[in-house]
Amino acid sequence: MRTPLGQVRGMGAAKAGTEHFWTQRMTAVSNLPLTIFFVGIVATLAGSSHASATALLGAPWVAIPLLLLILSVAVHMRIGMQVIIEDYVHGEVPKMLALMANTFFCIAVGLACAFALLKISFGV
Amino acid sequence: MVQLTLPKNSRVTEGKTWPKPSAGNVTPFKVYRWNPDDGQNPRVDTFYVDRDDCGPMVLDGLNWIKSKVDSTLAYRRSCREGICGSCAMNIDGVNTLACTKGMDDCASGGTVKIYPLPHMPVIKDLVPDLTQFYAQHASIEPWLKTDTRAPGAEWKQSREDREKLDGLYECILCACCSTSCPSYWWNGDRYLGPAALLQAYRWLIDSRDERTGERLDDLEDPFKLYRCHTIMNCANACPKGLNPAKAIAEIKSMMVQRKF
Repeated sequence: MRTPLGQVRGMGAAKAGTEHFWTQRMTAVSNLPLTIFFVGIVATLAGSSHASATALLGAPWVAIPLLLLILSVAVHMRIGMQVIIEDYVHGEVPKMLALMANTFFCIAVGLACAFALLKISFGV
Repeated sequence: MVQLTLPKNSRVTEGKTWPKPSAGNVTPFKVYRWNPDDGQNPRVDTFYVDRDDCGPMVLDGLNWIKSKVDSTLAYRRSCREGICGSCAMNIDGVNTLACTKGMDDCASGGTVKIYPLPHMPVIKDLVPDLTQFYAQHASIEPWLKTDTRAPGAEWKQSREDREKLDGLYECILCACCSTSCPSYWWNGDRYLGPAALLQAYRWLIDSRDERTGERLDDLEDPFKLYRCHTIMNCANACPKGLNPAKAIAEIKSMMVQRKF
Protein backbone atom coordinates (compact mmCIF):
# COMPACT_ATOMS: atom_id res chain seq x y z
CA MET A 1 0.00 0.00 0.00
CA ARG A 2 3.05 2.29 0.04
CA THR A 3 2.91 5.19 -2.42
CA PRO A 4 5.19 4.99 -5.49
CA LEU A 5 7.22 7.97 -4.23
CA GLY A 6 7.58 6.33 -0.83
CA GLN A 7 8.80 3.14 -2.49
CA VAL A 8 11.33 5.00 -4.65
CA ARG A 9 12.68 7.03 -1.73
CA GLY A 10 12.93 3.81 0.30
CA MET A 11 15.40 4.18 3.15
CA GLY A 12 17.04 7.21 1.53
CA ALA A 13 20.53 7.56 0.13
CA ALA A 14 23.26 5.55 1.84
CA LYS A 15 25.70 8.48 1.40
CA ALA A 16 28.21 5.94 0.10
CA GLY A 17 29.49 4.63 -3.18
CA THR A 18 31.81 7.44 -4.21
CA GLU A 19 34.70 5.96 -2.24
CA HIS A 20 34.27 2.63 -4.05
CA PHE A 21 33.83 4.38 -7.39
CA TRP A 22 37.04 6.37 -6.95
CA THR A 23 39.03 3.43 -5.53
CA GLN A 24 37.96 1.28 -8.48
CA ARG A 25 39.26 3.91 -10.93
CA MET A 26 42.46 4.42 -8.96
CA THR A 27 43.24 0.69 -8.81
CA ALA A 28 42.37 0.39 -12.53
CA VAL A 29 45.10 2.96 -13.23
CA SER A 30 47.62 1.27 -10.93
CA ASN A 31 46.76 -2.18 -12.30
CA LEU A 32 47.80 -1.17 -15.79
CA PRO A 33 51.58 -0.63 -15.31
CA LEU A 34 51.78 -3.23 -12.55
CA THR A 35 50.15 -5.93 -14.71
CA ILE A 36 52.45 -5.11 -17.61
CA PHE A 37 55.39 -5.43 -15.22
CA PHE A 38 54.02 -8.75 -13.93
CA VAL A 39 53.63 -10.16 -17.45
CA GLY A 40 57.18 -9.03 -18.24
CA ILE A 41 58.49 -10.83 -15.14
CA VAL A 42 56.57 -14.01 -15.99
CA ALA A 43 58.03 -13.91 -19.53
CA THR A 44 61.53 -13.44 -18.09
CA LEU A 45 61.04 -16.41 -15.77
CA ALA A 46 60.11 -18.76 -18.62
CA GLY A 47 62.61 -21.61 -18.74
CA SER A 48 64.70 -20.37 -15.83
CA SER A 49 65.82 -22.63 -12.96
CA HIS A 50 64.16 -22.62 -9.53
CA ALA A 51 67.14 -20.89 -7.95
CA SER A 52 67.27 -18.07 -10.49
CA ALA A 53 63.46 -17.69 -10.38
CA THR A 54 63.42 -17.27 -6.59
CA ALA A 55 66.41 -14.93 -6.81
CA LEU A 56 64.58 -12.72 -9.30
CA LEU A 57 61.27 -12.77 -7.39
CA GLY A 58 63.09 -12.01 -4.14
CA ALA A 59 64.87 -8.95 -5.52
CA PRO A 60 63.35 -5.77 -4.02
CA TRP A 61 62.80 -4.11 -7.42
CA VAL A 62 60.63 -7.12 -8.39
CA ALA A 63 59.05 -8.06 -5.04
CA ILE A 64 57.84 -4.55 -4.16
CA PRO A 65 55.94 -3.91 -7.43
CA LEU A 66 54.51 -7.44 -7.23
CA LEU A 67 53.29 -6.82 -3.67
CA LEU A 68 51.72 -3.58 -4.88
CA LEU A 69 50.11 -5.52 -7.72
CA ILE A 70 48.64 -8.01 -5.25
CA LEU A 71 47.19 -5.20 -3.15
CA SER A 72 45.85 -3.29 -6.15
CA VAL A 73 44.34 -6.34 -7.87
CA ALA A 74 42.80 -7.72 -4.66
CA VAL A 75 41.11 -4.40 -3.86
CA HIS A 76 39.95 -4.00 -7.48
CA MET A 77 38.69 -7.60 -7.57
CA ARG A 78 36.75 -7.18 -4.33
CA ILE A 79 34.93 -4.04 -5.46
CA GLY A 80 34.30 -5.43 -8.95
CA MET A 81 32.82 -8.64 -7.63
CA GLN A 82 30.77 -6.74 -5.05
CA VAL A 83 29.18 -4.71 -7.84
CA ILE A 84 28.30 -7.89 -9.73
CA ILE A 85 26.80 -9.49 -6.61
CA GLU A 86 24.74 -6.36 -5.90
CA ASP A 87 23.57 -6.33 -9.52
CA TYR A 88 22.41 -9.91 -9.73
CA VAL A 89 21.83 -11.37 -6.25
CA HIS A 90 18.63 -9.88 -4.90
CA GLY A 91 17.71 -11.94 -1.82
CA GLU A 92 18.97 -10.12 1.29
CA VAL A 93 20.44 -13.23 2.97
CA PRO A 94 22.19 -14.72 -0.11
CA LYS A 95 23.44 -11.23 -1.01
CA MET A 96 24.97 -10.64 2.42
CA LEU A 97 26.53 -14.13 2.43
CA ALA A 98 27.95 -13.61 -1.07
CA LEU A 99 29.35 -10.18 -0.11
CA MET A 100 31.01 -11.68 2.98
CA ALA A 101 32.41 -14.62 0.98
CA ASN A 102 33.75 -12.18 -1.59
CA THR A 103 35.55 -10.12 1.05
CA PHE A 104 36.99 -13.22 2.76
CA PHE A 105 38.13 -14.68 -0.57
CA CYS A 106 39.86 -11.49 -1.72
CA ILE A 107 41.66 -11.01 1.59
CA ALA A 108 42.69 -14.69 1.75
CA VAL A 109 43.94 -14.82 -1.84
CA GLY A 110 45.76 -11.50 -1.49
CA LEU A 111 47.38 -12.53 1.77
CA ALA A 112 48.40 -15.95 0.42
CA CYS A 113 50.08 -14.35 -2.61
CA ALA A 114 51.82 -11.76 -0.43
CA PHE A 115 52.97 -14.46 1.99
CA ALA A 116 54.41 -16.57 -0.85
CA LEU A 117 56.30 -13.60 -2.23
CA LEU A 118 57.63 -12.55 1.18
CA LYS A 119 58.71 -16.12 1.89
CA ILE A 120 60.70 -16.14 -1.35
CA SER A 121 62.11 -12.69 -0.60
CA PHE A 122 63.26 -13.43 2.92
CA GLY A 123 63.92 -17.14 2.39
CA VAL A 124 62.48 -18.27 5.72
CA MET B 1 18.61 -13.93 -8.38
CA VAL B 2 17.96 -12.12 -11.62
CA GLN B 3 15.27 -13.83 -13.67
CA LEU B 4 16.54 -14.38 -17.20
CA THR B 5 13.57 -16.34 -18.56
CA LEU B 6 9.98 -15.16 -18.69
CA PRO B 7 7.50 -16.68 -16.25
CA LYS B 8 5.13 -19.20 -17.88
CA ASN B 9 2.19 -16.81 -18.08
CA SER B 10 4.31 -14.14 -19.80
CA ARG B 11 5.67 -16.31 -22.62
CA VAL B 12 4.70 -14.85 -25.95
CA THR B 13 2.67 -17.06 -28.29
CA GLU B 14 1.83 -16.84 -31.99
CA GLY B 15 -1.24 -14.63 -32.39
CA LYS B 16 -3.88 -13.91 -34.95
CA THR B 17 -3.07 -13.02 -38.56
CA TRP B 18 -5.49 -10.31 -39.62
CA PRO B 19 -6.80 -10.14 -43.21
CA LYS B 20 -4.52 -8.61 -45.81
CA PRO B 21 -5.98 -5.65 -47.69
CA SER B 22 -6.20 -6.05 -51.46
CA ALA B 23 -3.96 -3.00 -51.95
CA GLY B 24 -0.59 -3.58 -53.57
CA ASN B 25 1.54 -1.57 -51.18
CA VAL B 26 1.30 -3.26 -47.79
CA THR B 27 3.72 -3.50 -44.85
CA PRO B 28 3.41 -6.34 -42.33
CA PHE B 29 3.23 -5.30 -38.66
CA LYS B 30 3.94 -7.83 -35.92
CA VAL B 31 2.44 -6.37 -32.76
CA TYR B 32 2.59 -7.58 -29.15
CA ARG B 33 -0.88 -8.05 -27.70
CA TRP B 34 -1.89 -8.75 -24.14
CA ASN B 35 -5.27 -8.36 -22.55
CA PRO B 36 -5.45 -8.42 -18.73
CA ASP B 37 -9.06 -9.57 -18.86
CA ASP B 38 -8.88 -12.77 -20.95
CA GLY B 39 -6.39 -14.76 -18.84
CA GLN B 40 -4.39 -15.67 -21.95
CA ASN B 41 -0.65 -15.43 -22.53
CA PRO B 42 0.65 -12.49 -24.56
CA ARG B 43 0.66 -13.06 -28.33
CA VAL B 44 2.07 -11.43 -31.42
CA ASP B 45 -0.56 -10.51 -34.00
CA THR B 46 0.22 -9.93 -37.66
CA PHE B 47 -1.43 -6.99 -39.40
CA TYR B 48 -1.01 -5.77 -42.97
CA VAL B 49 -0.97 -1.99 -43.24
CA ASP B 50 -2.13 -0.34 -46.47
CA ARG B 51 0.69 2.12 -47.08
CA ASP B 52 -1.31 4.07 -49.65
CA ASP B 53 -3.96 4.80 -47.02
CA CYS B 54 -1.77 6.13 -44.18
CA GLY B 55 1.28 8.25 -43.38
CA PRO B 56 4.88 7.01 -43.39
CA MET B 57 5.56 6.68 -39.66
CA VAL B 58 5.06 3.60 -37.49
CA LEU B 59 2.47 5.55 -35.47
CA ASP B 60 0.54 6.22 -38.68
CA GLY B 61 0.49 2.46 -39.24
CA LEU B 62 -0.77 1.79 -35.72
CA ASN B 63 -3.45 4.46 -36.08
CA TRP B 64 -4.49 2.86 -39.39
CA ILE B 65 -4.75 -0.56 -37.70
CA LYS B 66 -6.77 0.89 -34.82
CA SER B 67 -9.24 2.68 -37.08
CA LYS B 68 -9.46 0.15 -39.92
CA VAL B 69 -8.67 -3.31 -38.53
CA ASP B 70 -8.82 -3.75 -34.75
CA SER B 71 -10.10 -0.94 -32.55
CA THR B 72 -9.14 -2.87 -29.39
CA LEU B 73 -5.40 -2.34 -29.99
CA ALA B 74 -4.13 -0.26 -27.06
CA TYR B 75 -1.19 2.16 -27.21
CA ARG B 76 -0.47 5.69 -26.04
CA ARG B 77 -0.11 8.59 -28.41
CA SER B 78 -0.70 12.30 -28.39
CA CYS B 79 1.38 14.90 -30.22
CA ARG B 80 2.54 12.75 -33.18
CA GLU B 81 5.64 14.94 -33.56
CA GLY B 82 8.18 13.65 -31.02
CA ILE B 83 7.57 16.12 -28.23
CA CYS B 84 5.15 14.44 -25.81
CA GLY B 85 6.91 11.10 -25.41
CA SER B 86 3.67 9.13 -25.21
CA CYS B 87 4.20 6.69 -28.07
CA ALA B 88 7.51 5.26 -26.80
CA MET B 89 7.70 1.55 -27.61
CA ASN B 90 10.15 -1.09 -28.75
CA ILE B 91 10.20 -0.99 -32.54
CA ASP B 92 12.48 -3.24 -34.54
CA GLY B 93 14.38 -4.11 -31.36
CA VAL B 94 15.10 -0.54 -30.28
CA ASN B 95 13.15 1.69 -27.90
CA THR B 96 11.98 4.75 -29.77
CA LEU B 97 8.98 6.94 -30.55
CA ALA B 98 6.51 5.46 -33.01
CA CYS B 99 5.74 8.93 -34.35
CA THR B 100 9.31 9.71 -35.42
CA LYS B 101 10.27 6.22 -36.62
CA GLY B 102 9.62 5.68 -40.30
CA MET B 103 8.18 2.34 -41.40
CA ASP B 104 10.83 2.24 -44.12
CA ASP B 105 13.56 2.58 -41.47
CA CYS B 106 12.68 -0.77 -39.92
CA ALA B 107 15.46 -3.10 -40.98
CA SER B 108 13.89 -6.47 -40.27
CA GLY B 109 12.98 -7.42 -43.84
CA GLY B 110 10.22 -4.86 -44.29
CA THR B 111 8.31 -6.16 -41.27
CA VAL B 112 7.64 -3.72 -38.45
CA LYS B 113 7.98 -5.53 -35.11
CA ILE B 114 6.46 -3.71 -32.15
CA TYR B 115 6.65 -4.57 -28.47
CA PRO B 116 5.96 -2.48 -25.35
CA LEU B 117 8.91 -0.83 -23.58
CA PRO B 118 10.96 -3.70 -22.14
CA HIS B 119 10.88 -4.94 -18.57
CA MET B 120 7.96 -2.81 -17.42
CA PRO B 121 4.64 -4.19 -16.19
CA VAL B 122 2.20 -4.18 -19.11
CA ILE B 123 -1.25 -2.68 -18.61
CA LYS B 124 -2.55 -3.73 -22.02
CA ASP B 125 -0.95 -4.37 -25.45
CA LEU B 126 1.66 -1.64 -25.95
CA VAL B 127 0.83 0.33 -22.80
CA PRO B 128 3.41 -0.11 -20.01
CA ASP B 129 2.87 0.92 -16.39
CA LEU B 130 5.20 3.89 -15.85
CA THR B 131 4.09 4.70 -12.28
CA GLN B 132 7.48 3.91 -10.79
CA PHE B 133 9.30 5.74 -13.57
CA TYR B 134 7.35 8.93 -12.84
CA ALA B 135 7.88 8.50 -9.08
CA GLN B 136 11.63 8.25 -9.72
CA HIS B 137 11.48 11.53 -11.62
CA ALA B 138 9.50 13.13 -8.77
CA SER B 139 12.06 11.83 -6.24
CA ILE B 140 14.85 13.98 -7.70
CA GLU B 141 12.66 17.06 -7.03
CA PRO B 142 12.78 18.53 -10.52
CA TRP B 143 12.22 22.16 -9.71
CA LEU B 144 14.33 25.19 -8.86
CA LYS B 145 15.21 25.22 -5.15
CA THR B 146 16.47 28.47 -3.63
CA ASP B 147 16.85 30.00 -0.19
CA THR B 148 17.71 33.54 -1.26
CA ARG B 149 14.63 35.77 -1.39
CA ALA B 150 13.11 35.59 -4.87
CA PRO B 151 14.03 38.59 -7.01
CA GLY B 152 11.30 40.96 -8.20
CA ALA B 153 11.77 39.79 -11.77
CA GLU B 154 13.38 36.55 -12.98
CA TRP B 155 16.35 34.64 -11.55
CA LYS B 156 19.20 35.77 -13.76
CA GLN B 157 21.46 33.37 -15.61
CA SER B 158 24.43 34.08 -17.88
CA ARG B 159 24.32 32.90 -21.46
CA GLU B 160 27.16 30.44 -20.70
CA ASP B 161 25.30 28.98 -17.72
CA ARG B 162 22.15 28.62 -19.76
CA GLU B 163 24.09 26.72 -22.40
CA LYS B 164 24.99 24.11 -19.78
CA LEU B 165 21.34 23.01 -19.83
CA ASP B 166 21.45 22.22 -23.55
CA GLY B 167 21.30 18.49 -24.13
CA LEU B 168 19.42 18.10 -20.83
CA TYR B 169 16.29 20.25 -20.93
CA GLU B 170 15.14 18.58 -24.16
CA CYS B 171 14.31 15.32 -22.35
CA ILE B 172 10.63 14.46 -22.84
CA LEU B 173 10.50 11.64 -20.26
CA CYS B 174 9.46 9.04 -22.82
CA ALA B 175 11.29 6.30 -20.82
CA CYS B 176 13.08 4.89 -23.88
CA CYS B 177 16.45 5.23 -22.11
CA SER B 178 15.57 3.82 -18.71
CA THR B 179 13.74 0.82 -20.15
CA SER B 180 16.67 0.01 -22.45
CA CYS B 181 19.12 -0.11 -19.54
CA PRO B 182 20.02 -3.60 -18.22
CA SER B 183 20.92 -2.11 -14.84
CA TYR B 184 17.43 -0.63 -14.70
CA TRP B 185 15.94 -4.00 -15.69
CA TRP B 186 17.74 -5.82 -12.86
CA ASN B 187 17.53 -3.12 -10.18
CA GLY B 188 14.81 -0.71 -11.28
CA ASP B 189 13.35 -0.71 -7.79
CA ARG B 190 16.46 0.97 -6.36
CA TYR B 191 18.39 2.41 -9.32
CA LEU B 192 16.88 5.72 -10.47
CA GLY B 193 17.64 5.02 -14.12
CA PRO B 194 19.08 7.23 -16.87
CA ALA B 195 16.03 9.47 -17.38
CA ALA B 196 15.69 10.49 -13.72
CA LEU B 197 19.46 10.92 -13.40
CA LEU B 198 19.68 13.09 -16.53
CA GLN B 199 16.95 15.24 -15.00
CA ALA B 200 18.82 15.25 -11.68
CA TYR B 201 21.92 16.55 -13.46
CA ARG B 202 19.83 19.17 -15.24
CA TRP B 203 19.07 20.68 -11.79
CA LEU B 204 22.54 20.04 -10.37
CA ILE B 205 24.13 22.07 -13.15
CA ASP B 206 21.54 24.87 -13.11
CA SER B 207 23.41 27.99 -11.93
CA ARG B 208 20.26 29.36 -10.28
CA ASP B 209 19.71 26.38 -7.99
CA GLU B 210 21.00 26.74 -4.42
CA ARG B 211 20.62 23.16 -3.18
CA THR B 212 23.33 21.43 -5.21
CA GLY B 213 24.92 19.82 -2.15
CA GLU B 214 21.62 18.52 -0.87
CA ARG B 215 20.80 17.12 -4.31
CA LEU B 216 24.18 15.34 -4.40
CA ASP B 217 23.58 13.98 -0.88
CA ASP B 218 20.29 12.48 -2.01
CA LEU B 219 21.93 10.75 -4.97
CA GLU B 220 25.05 9.42 -3.26
CA ASP B 221 24.02 5.81 -3.04
CA PRO B 222 25.39 2.54 -4.44
CA PHE B 223 22.00 1.84 -6.01
CA LYS B 224 20.33 5.16 -6.82
CA LEU B 225 23.34 6.40 -8.81
CA TYR B 226 26.17 3.90 -8.94
CA ARG B 227 24.23 1.10 -10.66
CA CYS B 228 25.09 2.90 -13.90
CA HIS B 229 27.88 0.85 -15.48
CA THR B 230 28.16 3.04 -18.60
CA ILE B 231 26.50 0.45 -20.80
CA MET B 232 25.33 3.31 -23.06
CA ASN B 233 22.06 1.72 -24.23
CA CYS B 234 20.41 4.90 -22.97
CA ALA B 235 22.29 7.15 -25.38
CA ASN B 236 21.71 4.63 -28.16
CA ALA B 237 17.96 4.58 -27.59
CA CYS B 238 17.20 8.26 -26.89
CA PRO B 239 14.92 9.47 -29.69
CA LYS B 240 15.93 13.06 -28.93
CA GLY B 241 19.65 12.31 -29.39
CA LEU B 242 20.53 13.06 -25.76
CA ASN B 243 23.24 11.31 -23.77
CA PRO B 244 22.03 10.32 -20.28
CA ALA B 245 25.21 8.25 -19.69
CA LYS B 246 27.30 11.42 -20.02
CA ALA B 247 25.02 13.26 -17.57
CA ILE B 248 25.42 10.40 -15.08
CA ALA B 249 29.20 10.46 -15.54
CA GLU B 250 29.08 14.21 -14.77
CA ILE B 251 27.17 13.50 -11.54
CA LYS B 252 29.80 10.94 -10.53
CA SER B 253 32.48 13.48 -11.35
CA MET B 254 30.77 16.05 -9.08
CA MET B 255 30.64 13.42 -6.31
CA VAL B 256 34.40 12.90 -6.60
CA GLN B 257 35.12 16.64 -6.92
CA ARG B 258 33.41 17.49 -3.66
CA LYS B 259 35.45 14.86 -1.80
CA PHE B 260 38.89 16.15 -2.79
